[in-house]
Amino acid sequence: MTAGTVAVRVEPEAQAVPATTTNWRDIAKIGLLGGAVALYLCLVGIVPIFNTRQLIAGVITLGQIALFGSMAVPGAIAARKATTLREALLAGGVAGLITGLALTLLVLVGSVIDLRAMFLNASPELYSMLTMGLGVAGAWIPAVEGLLLGAGAAAFGQLPDRVRSPVARGLLAVFIVGLFAGLLRAPLMSAGLVELARLLFTGDGLTVFGAVLVFTVVVVGRIVRQRIGVAARVAALPAERREQLRLPGIAILVGVIVVLPLLLGPFFAQVIALVALYILMGFGLNITLGLAGLLDLGFVAFFAVGAYTVGLFTSLAEYGLLDVPFWVALPFAMLFAAAFGAILGLPILSIRGDYLAIATLGFGEIIHILAGSNLLLPVLGGPRGIINIPKPIEVASTNFLAGPVQIYYIALIFAALVAFVALRLRAGRIGRAWVAIREDEDVAEAVGVNLIQTKLLAYILGAAFAGLGGAIFAGLVGSIFPSSINLFVSINVAAIVIVGGMGSIPGVVLGALFLIGIPELFRELQDYRFLFYGFALIGMMLYRPEGLWPSGIARRELHVGDEAPAMIAGDTTPITRGTMS
Amino acid sequence: MTLLETRAVTKRFGGLLAVNKLDFEVDQGAIVSVIGPNGAGKTTFFNCIAGFYAITSGEILLDGQPIHKLRRDQIAHLGVSRTYQNIRLFANMTAMENILVGQHHHLHSTWIGTVLGTKAVREDEKRAQDEAGRLLRYVGLRGKGDMLASKLPYGDQRRLEIGRALANKPRLLLLDEPTAGMNPAETAQLTDFIRNLRDELGITILLIEHEMRVVMGISERITVLDYGEKIAEGNPAEIQSNPRVIEAYLGRGGAADLGIASAASASATNPGDPGAPTV
Repeated sequence: MTAGTVAVRVEPEAQAVPATTTNWRDIAKIGLLGGAVALYLCLVGIVPIFNTRQLIAGVITLGQIALFGSMAVPGAIAARKATTLREALLAGGVAGLITGLALTLLVLVGSVIDLRAMFLNASPELYSMLTMGLGVAGAWIPAVEGLLLGAGAAAFGQLPDRVRSPVARGLLAVFIVGLFAGLLRAPLMSAGLVELARLLFTGDGLTVFGAVLVFTVVVVGRIVRQRIGVAARVAALPAERREQLRLPGIAILVGVIVVLPLLLGPFFAQVIALVALYILMGFGLNITLGLAGLLDLGFVAFFAVGAYTVGLFTSLAEYGLLDVPFWVALPFAMLFAAAFGAILGLPILSIRGDYLAIATLGFGEIIHILAGSNLLLPVLGGPRGIINIPKPIEVASTNFLAGPVQIYYIALIFAALVAFVALRLRAGRIGRAWVAIREDEDVAEAVGVNLIQTKLLAYILGAAFAGLGGAIFAGLVGSIFPSSINLFVSINVAAIVIVGGMGSIPGVVLGALFLIGIPELFRELQDYRFLFYGFALIGMMLYRPEGLWPSGIARRELHVGDEAPAMIAGDTTPITRGTMS
Repeated sequence: MTLLETRAVTKRFGGLLAVNKLDFEVDQGAIVSVIGPNGAGKTTFFNCIAGFYAITSGEILLDGQPIHKLRRDQIAHLGVSRTYQNIRLFANMTAMENILVGQHHHLHSTWIGTVLGTKAVREDEKRAQDEAGRLLRYVGLRGKGDMLASKLPYGDQRRLEIGRALANKPRLLLLDEPTAGMNPAETAQLTDFIRNLRDELGITILLIEHEMRVVMGISERITVLDYGEKIAEGNPAEIQSNPRVIEAYLGRGGAADLGIASAASASATNPGDPGAPTV
């Protein structure tokens, strides 16, 4: 990583330039860039669609946040070097104004030419939203908004940190609570606190009272924390006391996890069941990818084997063969998936890194195509799939375990088992061999690790757990179609492991919440949610390559101390032919 | 008694003959050095012995058994360990874990046993940890077991690499420039350490080394390679006075004493293409 590189600290040139000059060219550039972003958000349809989601009912929508954000952010960026309030207001205002003018231009052009031939979303509704319903007569409105928001953001940046930080946190909290209003409202409703729920939330979004309450609580809480210095006090406690403080926290967390689906209602139960399933599969791939470093993009192949095994064993419909209960089919699902892992793994595990990823990618596609093919139509039902797969636990529809809730519990229990297996193995001889292979395959072999055997074990275990995931998925959905066996399953699971932090158990949980849970909650935003999914992935890799919650070792590696020794100092000395130093 | 023997070992990379019909022997319990100018094929030869390269022709025998068709891990199981010219530790593992990986084939935990945490596995692991702790102390890394290998100082990394090699309980230890990048005091310390490995543990040692004080100080036999061929073999005194060796190192006409040849002589010779003949 850092070893062998020479860090040369270059003095920032900016120091040489007198700090008082306002760089108009930069400000114009930032404003134009902001304008481009704002136009993009409007014309691609993000603003109109986000506009359907209320953050604070009747006050502000998610679309307006996107729009106003695209004006405020250039203002804040343009003013970040300003030293006085006047300079900041000027720079921020001008940048915001330029951004707003781009939208003004859009309204004016749109009134003359019908842009809908090219941009489907340049609709009257969009213009109406931009001009607050005034039409062309209100074309000036975005420009003024830009001026005010840009200047406002710039001024906010000039506030002292002790004021800015609580306010920023308060606003962020209102934003997040508003965004997840539906999710937070459901438990209040089902806990019988209907009045409280009505007071805080409308159907989708916060009430004004709720927003003010959230903001106040967070700001006051933050200020109180700062005054008392909670963080410093906790840090000052001896280690055992800190451990004791963590225990009730863990207990509460476990309690919440257990009762969660009962509070959230059927829709959210489905979402968290899916999240739990991906956590389980993430733990499985974490062995293959996180520990042994085998970039397996064919995860879905084994998922398919597990799902179809359960389908064939248990289905009550046409293609069901045995009509056995789910729990009888489950071990076979894992066994067959593991056998597939062994058969597919053996020939390709000598391939390294990226090439392995491509080869495994092929497997996923082959299985996907086979499942839908005419060849296997008599067995697997082709595109019609296998339907009528019974739930793992047969209960009356009024029972609390009916529907996705039982899948949630089943997936969580198995996820815990997989995590346990991974942790146990990591601490022993085999886990060490896996990590050694991940670090340096050649050297691992030279110290006595049998590469094929060791890699194959990781691959087979990953495959078995993928089969387990597929089996539970079949139980969740109640049917299995070739269209469920797609590349996105593999990509999602791999992304969960990488975004969460390679080799880290809590990382996988966070990764699944972020990458599976959040997109599911924003279904009404259509495919745009995947745009943000993509942005999030890029941002992660740029700013936090070790993952959301890296394993202890990766964190140490990337963040502790820059005193890394020059590892190969000896190699940098040129020893040329003819010397005997 | 011969521990390692190579018969007409040849390694060719395309048109480049890196090792050419090399016959070579290492006696049980000996300390043998391979020296030679840069590009002479020393590390290639090492890589052939340790199974990193498949040899083009010839035979490599350990205790009379051919090993040149075996995988690296099989060669390691037969008791051959090595270190690397540019240190190759498992950077994201702790010092302790690096040594534990080195013990891999002396441990017997199965994956099922590990998951279940059986008594046998726990005892196996306990023994491994004790042994690894002992080895850490032996190579002078007491108390540094929990440090990440990549965060250790350079000299400690060299020592850890030797510790990892020792964890395999080798009969033959291949050391590729163990003192590279070390100061004179560290070099002297390491030289004693290497000698002790043979004297105390009875490990046969084969080393590549540029530092002539080390080579002449501890080797019982020295083999000199140039352009992949053996140009001389003998004890330190014989090598120091061998005209072909002097020529290979210093070019024709060079007369400096090998033992005190300094880097200054580098400027007098052609540092360019290692395949080009010396003038």
